[in-house]
Amino acid sequence: MRKHVAGLKILVFSISLLPLFWLSYALISDQLGANPIEAITRDTGVWALRFIMVTLFISPLRKLTGINEFIRFRRMLGLFAFFYASLHMLLYLGLDQFFDLHEIWLDIVKRPFITIGFISFILLIPLTITSTDKMIKRLGGRRWKKLHYLIYLIVVLSCVHFYMLVKQDKTEPLIYLLIAILLLGFRVFSQRRRHQVAGS
Amino acid sequence: MWIRKKHSWDIPESEVTDYKVYLNRRQFINGAAGLAAASAMPLSFAAKAPTGESFDNLGKSSFSTDEKLTTYESITTYNNFYEFGTDKESPSALAADFPDRSEPWIVTIDGECDKPGKYDYNELIQAQSLEERIYRLRCVEGWSMVIPWVGFPLAELLKQAQPNSKAKFVEFTTLYDPEQMPGQRRRVLNWPYLEGLRIDEAIHPLTLLAVGLYGREMPGQNGAPIRLVVPWKYGFKSIKSIVRIRFVEEMPLTAWVQANAGEYGFYSNVNPDVNHPRWSQRRERRIGEFLKRETLMFNGYGEEVAALYNGMDLKRYF
Ligand code: HEM
Repeated sequence: MRKHVAGLKILVFSISLLPLFWLSYALISDQLGANPIEAITRDTGVWALRFIMVTLFISPLRKLTGINEFIRFRRMLGLFAFFYASLHMLLYLGLDQFFDLHEIWLDIVKRPFITIGFISFILLIPLTITSTDKMIKRLGGRRWKKLHYLIYLIVVLSCVHFYMLVKQDKTEPLIYLLIAILLLGFRVFSQRRRHQVAGS
Repeated sequence: MWIRKKHSWDIPESEVTDYKVYLNRRQFINGAAGLAAASAMPLSFAAKAPTGESFDNLGKSSFSTDEKLTTYESITTYNNFYEFGTDKESPSALAADFPDRSEPWIVTIDGECDKPGKYDYNELIQAQSLEERIYRLRCVEGWSMVIPWVGFPLAELLKQAQPNSKAKFVEFTTLYDPEQMPGQRRRVLNWPYLEGLRIDEAIHPLTLLAVGLYGREMPGQNGAPIRLVVPWKYGFKSIKSIVRIRFVEEMPLTAWVQANAGEYGFYSNVNPDVNHPRWSQRRERRIGEFLKRETLMFNGYGEEVAALYNGMDLKRYF
């Protein structure tokens, strides 16, 4: 796999852009139904969440398969999560609120699901900024790692954001939340084992 | 028995240009020759084209708005009808053949009244003089439409049942039939769907029992064969596919109040000053428009209905 990482990166990059292309195409060709603005806002939100989850899935995948190269895709996937989250938020700011700052502020303080989505987006920013090699060096591996544990909080908050905005049928957000908890559980479990091994 | 009116594809000129534009566009897509060919069109078309029987000699109403109509396609493909699934697309996909038109549809009227009775849908529409009412519809989720309903005032029917002095409220019930309504196989709401109005709201001339839209009989996904339309309240008050109307003394415990009393009130009048925790109600997106518009008190029907709520604190009784 090591030899192919560069090529695979291009592949993963292209695949990660597919949701964007598909959404743009569907929008232009009028295939998003009666309320296209709602549809693109929602779809970009769901893709942001999916990319956060895929990013979190890398570490277990690496451990389970023993293929270390998976880690080389993580940064890119994380940046795509930020990319889709930014689109999602921009669509909300622009097409839902038309950049009316007063309305947006009222929304953030008054509607709990927006408050929580907003917090998860804000928390994504430091992770994005510190994603470069230079920043990793500057922070030091330990501190960088600690900071990036924030992603677990972000994924849970994002699922709660999703859960709260659904009117009645909570099945879908609960499935995402369950996956998030499993990923978190895996992390805690493997951490413990490592500590045990180190301590013995 | 389900009496079918004669199949007619010509629409009165006065009605609804959107519908023609819609048909023409579809026709163009399908490369078909004329309207007569519509019935022979491929399935993808048939699913979206109006298939119901058309109503003749519809009366006009001074309550109608002259705003631009929402397209037939949007009205019939963007639906909240949890009996057919919780997303917007499921109802149009699953309710195309609803209800089974070989069976009679009976509406029972009972409770606190002197003349309870069972009404067959077909007899009902023969007995009532149907009119077209073009109303705004505002959903609690922050979107709205303009819909040309076909129907008759609910008061006409209620009158016949002669409610007694104990009849303070009217309770409405949707059909419960998980065979026909697959959404009911999961308990997303406490089935059957229940709604209610205060008696003075129920007999208000704006309150409509609708049996069709765009001049034709009601599509399944819009609440066939007969549904309520209360244009100054959020859409969920306008209960679909009604099988029972009951006069009661106590305020009915409606489906959405049962589901979440903190978010949904019995009255649920459209009110831009009372926010829902999920949706600011100050503005709305009219389906088909890009910019949002201001939401009007009582959905713009204040002149007609504000008097019903004199002296009431509408923030408390939301
Ligand atoms: C990491 C950040 C975020 C993630 C992962 C995320 C994810 C999601 C998801 C999964 C949905 C549900 C889509 C559906 O119903 O199918 C959603 C909806 C929504 N999100 Fe976010 N979100 C994030 C941040 C934000 C922010 C910052 C805002 C606004 C300030 C926001 C506003 C909304 C709105 C308004 C909807 C509902 C759209 C509608 O129903 O029309 N989100 N989001």
